[in-house]
Formats: sequence, structure tokens, C-alpha cells
Amino acid sequence: MSNKVIHALYNDDDILMDAVKKVKAAHHHIDEVFTPFPVHGLDKALGLAPTKLAITAFLYGLTGLSFAIWMTNYMMIEDWPQDIGGKPNFSWVENMPAFVPIMFELTVFFAAHLMVITFYMRSRIWPFKEAENPDVRTTDDHFLMEISVHDNEKELTALLQETGAVEINVIDKH
Amino acid sequence: MSSHYEAPIREPLVLGDKSYHDITVDIAKPIEGKANKNWYIAFTISLIAFSWGIGCILYTIGTGIGVWGLNKNIGWAWDITNFVWWVGIGHAGTLISAVLLLFRQRWRMAINRSAEAMTIFAVFQAGLFPIIHMGRPWNAYWVLPIPNQFGSLWVNFNSPLLWDVFAISTYLSVSLVFWWTGLLPDFAMLRDRAIKPFQKKIYALLSFGWSGRAKDWQRFEEVSLVLAGLATPLVLSVHTIVSMDFATSINPGWHSTIFPPYFVAGAIFSGFAMVQTLLGVMRKVTNLENYITRLHVEYMNMVIMLTGGIVAVAYASEFFIAWYTGSPYENFTYMSVGAATGAYGWAFWSLILFNIAIPQLLWIKKIRVSFIGSFLISIAINIGMWFERFDIIAIVLSKGHLPSTWTRFEPTFVDVGVFIGTIGFFGVLFLLYARTFPVIAQAEVKSILKVSGENYKKLRDGSHE
Repeated sequence: MSNKVIHALYNDDDILMDAVKKVKAAHHHIDEVFTPFPVHGLDKALGLAPTKLAITAFLYGLTGLSFAIWMTNYMMIEDWPQDIGGKPNFSWVENMPAFVPIMFELTVFFAAHLMVITFYMRSRIWPFKEAENPDVRTTDDHFLMEISVHDNEKELTALLQETGAVEINVIDKH
Repeated sequence: MSSHYEAPIREPLVLGDKSYHDITVDIAKPIEGKANKNWYIAFTISLIAFSWGIGCILYTIGTGIGVWGLNKNIGWAWDITNFVWWVGIGHAGTLISAVLLLFRQRWRMAINRSAEAMTIFAVFQAGLFPIIHMGRPWNAYWVLPIPNQFGSLWVNFNSPLLWDVFAISTYLSVSLVFWWTGLLPDFAMLRDRAIKPFQKKIYALLSFGWSGRAKDWQRFEEVSLVLAGLATPLVLSVHTIVSMDFATSINPGWHSTIFPPYFVAGAIFSGFAMVQTLLGVMRKVTNLENYITRLHVEYMNMVIMLTGGIVAVAYASEFFIAWYTGSPYENFTYMSVGAATGAYGWAFWSLILFNIAIPQLLWIKKIRVSFIGSFLISIAINIGMWFERFDIIAIVLSKGHLPSTWTRFEPTFVDVGVFIGTIGFFGVLFLLYARTFPVIAQAEVKSILKVSGENYKKLRDGSHE
């Protein structure tokens, strides 16, 4: 089976948005859209599910907070309690006000870093990763829509032409 | 299109007849072109200062802290002054990128990249001072809570100095990933434009293979928003904790409950001044006058006026309370009649002049929108904020409860050298950054071009006139 795809290039974000809506209305599946900057509303127009990264950040934050509580309790109260400035060293709760800065910083540290790592993993971006945008102009001023061809090349090309694409290429994807 | 509407009364943020491609070209130009003579001159000066600083640091480590001007009473002076000064400067970057993002301020997009770079480079400098001051910097890892052969003896989580370790390392690392995540699409732009294979390889590596899929952008925006939400309290916490180094002690003049908000305001004040200083030069050198405009300068000056006002009120209340307590000890603090008329009077009056008097000129609109005026005032604030920290530290420590121990601090050439060296190091980093990194978040600027671009605004608003 051939893996033909159509690459339609646009040179304006508003034309792209209208094109996405038209292609969607014609019941074609858009595989991917590459854009040089975030186009607002594009994810909704494409029917992408909302991202859950904010929820993961919240959970990572809770992890960081728990870790900070465990660490301060283990190190300052259980393992080697010391009388420092007369601060209560026999109970974590009574010593807790001094630990608030640590608890806060570790919450932020865990939430921020683990969320960013999750983002990199989910979007498959990391050092030495090869870029996958099919046309170098998509990081400059062009917007590229990728649609799989299922014996409807002519029909699709005509539709895309109509939506204002500046360039249409049919490509064999391996 | 109606979704790009912005009130005509708002001045454009991108000047000239720009298209998306023009933005790409303008921002890639300083990187793809050759450096001019001024860049080499500035870089050479910075490198010399940096080398001198390295020499002074090595001398300090090799011989001992005794080569500094510290004495029994004034055990903290230039080192901690410089530390707080650099951390303070490091506050504007995250404030611009995080707080202004939450407030949906579009003008942040032209300056956030450089402000964040400044933040990261400034925090590097700040971090050097406590490590050098340890005397045995090879033991610096002792500040980390790691199991060891001493018992195991843990770090002291009751100490504000340890809170500092956590606050500053969290701040540095979170600012770094915030900055880098924002850089990915811009590195990708440079990668896709690069003609030389070596350049292409480097930017391909730096861009982490960013491709700009719709889903990537959706996640990118969510991550930026959540990072901004996390970084906003973080940036406030950092200088709060720095101020606790002083405020949790029991020295008159340091033991002050207003220190945290007052230090945070001062940090933003000095940070914005440094952004003004750097961008005033950078916009000229890199020909980015259409992106960093008078409007940006005026907005930054407004933030400077607000935070400078908070700082002025804090000084006034410290001064009043010192007098109002009637306590003779309070007359030896950095904000008192004693300080104004004592041996450190010159430092006291420098603070008042540079930090309070000169910035008041910004009330005049002509000066507020002037590049030269803003640049000169920002230099004054940089000096004034250094004196603030020096006054708080040296004046308070110079006169303790026992008059026979009263002393003065005289910096040695090593104190001066290390400080100059960090300015040089900062300059080296920033100049290298300006030649190799996209200094403006071009992807974000493109996304506001139709809203705030001069040509698009004219097209839209033309029909009303």
C-alpha cells in the first residue's frame, strides 16, 4: 500500500484556519499541521483533546511537597535532632514554620521540572532528536497541512486549491 | 479579522511594515551576520575584566579570605553586597516573562528573552560569591542534603542561609528551563535557515528537534502558562528568602519585618534598571529598533517608578521607626540620622541620590520615553541599588553594641577585582548570547503581529478615520 500524503502550504494563519475548517467540513482527516508560531484556536479547529500537562504539574507539585515534608522530618527530627537556636526539634509540626521555605521551593522545583520533562517526552523533543517538519519554511512564515491520500488525490487537491493553499505537493511517505 | 482587534488607542508594539518573514530575517540577522567593531571592543573589555576577576578569585582561594578587607566585626561586606545585588538584578527576567504573561501584557514579548538571559547570567554571578566566601569552595557540596561520613550530619533546615541554597538553585534551574523551552521554536527557525552545515548541526541540537506540530504548540502554551504560574510566587520567594538572611538575625537595622516585600520591590527595581541598560545598547547594536520601541522603554520605566516608589516608602518607614523607637542602637542602623551624619554619610547620601532622587525624573514624560535619559537613569539605579545593599550590610555591622569594637570596612584590590570580574563575566556571557541566540522571542512576536503591528493596526483603524 502506498503511503501518499498531501502537503498543502499556506502563507497566512487566518487562511489556514479557514482551510482547516473547510477540510474538516468535507470530512477529511488532517494528519498534522505545522506552524511557525502558536495559532490560537487551531487545536480546537483540529479537534485536538485538551492537554493534561497542568494536571500532571499539580501532581508533581504534591510529590515535591511530600518529599520536602519527609526529608525535613527524617533529617531534622528523626535521624539527628539538634537544638538549633532553641527551635523545637522533637516534633515536625512544631518545627514546621522553619521548613515552609523548603516545602515551597521543592513543590515548585518538582512541579516545574517534571512537567517540562513530561512535555519533552510527550512531544518527543530532546537533544539530538531529528526535526520532523517536512518543509523548512514552516518555522519561518509558512503553515503546512498534511493529509493522507486514500485514492482521492484529485478531489483533495482541488479542495485544498480552493482553500487558498499557495503550494500543494503529493509526497510518498516512507 | 475581528479576532485580531486591538483598541486603536493602544500604540503599536511592532513598528514598520513587517511581515512574518521580515521578523525572521530581522531576528536572524545579528546571528548570521558578522560582529561589528563595537562588539569586539565590548567583548575584549569584558574578557579582560573577567580574567582579572578570575585572578582575584584564585588569589582569594589560594591565600584565604584574609586578602579581603573583612575584619572581626564586618564579616560580610562586598561579597554579600554583590551577591544580593546580582540576585536582585536577576529578578526582572522572570518577572517579565512570568508575571507579565499572567497579566497578558503583549509588550513583554520583545524583551522577555533578553531579560531572562540576563536573569540567568546574573544568578550565575550571584552564586559565585557565597561559594568563594566559603573559603574552601571544593566543599561547596556540603550545602546539599546528601548522606555523608559525619554521622550522617545533615544540613540545617532552620537556617535562612540553607533556604537560600534551595531558593536560588530552584530559581536558577526553573528560569533556565523556562527560557530554554521558549527558545526551542526560535532555535528551530535558525536551524531551518542555516546554510553552513556546522551551524545547522548546532542549532538542530539546541532546538531539540522542535517541529512545530499543532499538538506541540498546544502543550507549549500550556507549559508556558503553568511555568509562569509557578515562577511568579517563586520569583517573589527568592528575594524574600534573601532578605531573611538579614531579617531573621537580631541585629538592629536587620531585624525588620518589612524586609521581604521591601527587598522584592528593590530587586524588581534594580532588575528592570539593568534590563533598560542592556536593551538600550542592544537594540542599537542589533538593529532591533522596530521591536524594542519607545513604548517598551516607557512601560519599563513605569514599573521602575512603581517599585522605586515602594522602595522609597520602605526607606522612609525604616528611617521614621529608627527615630521613633528612641533606642540609641537604632541610631546606628543604615537608615538613621546617625548614618546620614556618620563616617558612612557619603554612602547614605549616594543611596538617597541614586535610588530616590534621580529616578523621580521619570515623572517627566519626555525623559520617560527618551532612550538616552532612561539609559542614564538606569545606570544611576544600578549604582544606587548596590549602595543600598552595602549600606544595609556595612553600616549596620560597623557599629555594634560595644563601642570599642566599632570599625570600618575598607575594600582591598581583591574585593574590587572580584566584583569587576563578575561584571566582566556577565558581559562576556551576555555578548556571546547576543551573537548566537535569537534575542527576541520571534515566534511570540509573530503571534501578536496582526494584533499590535503598526501596518496591521493602520489597515484596520484606517476605516474609522
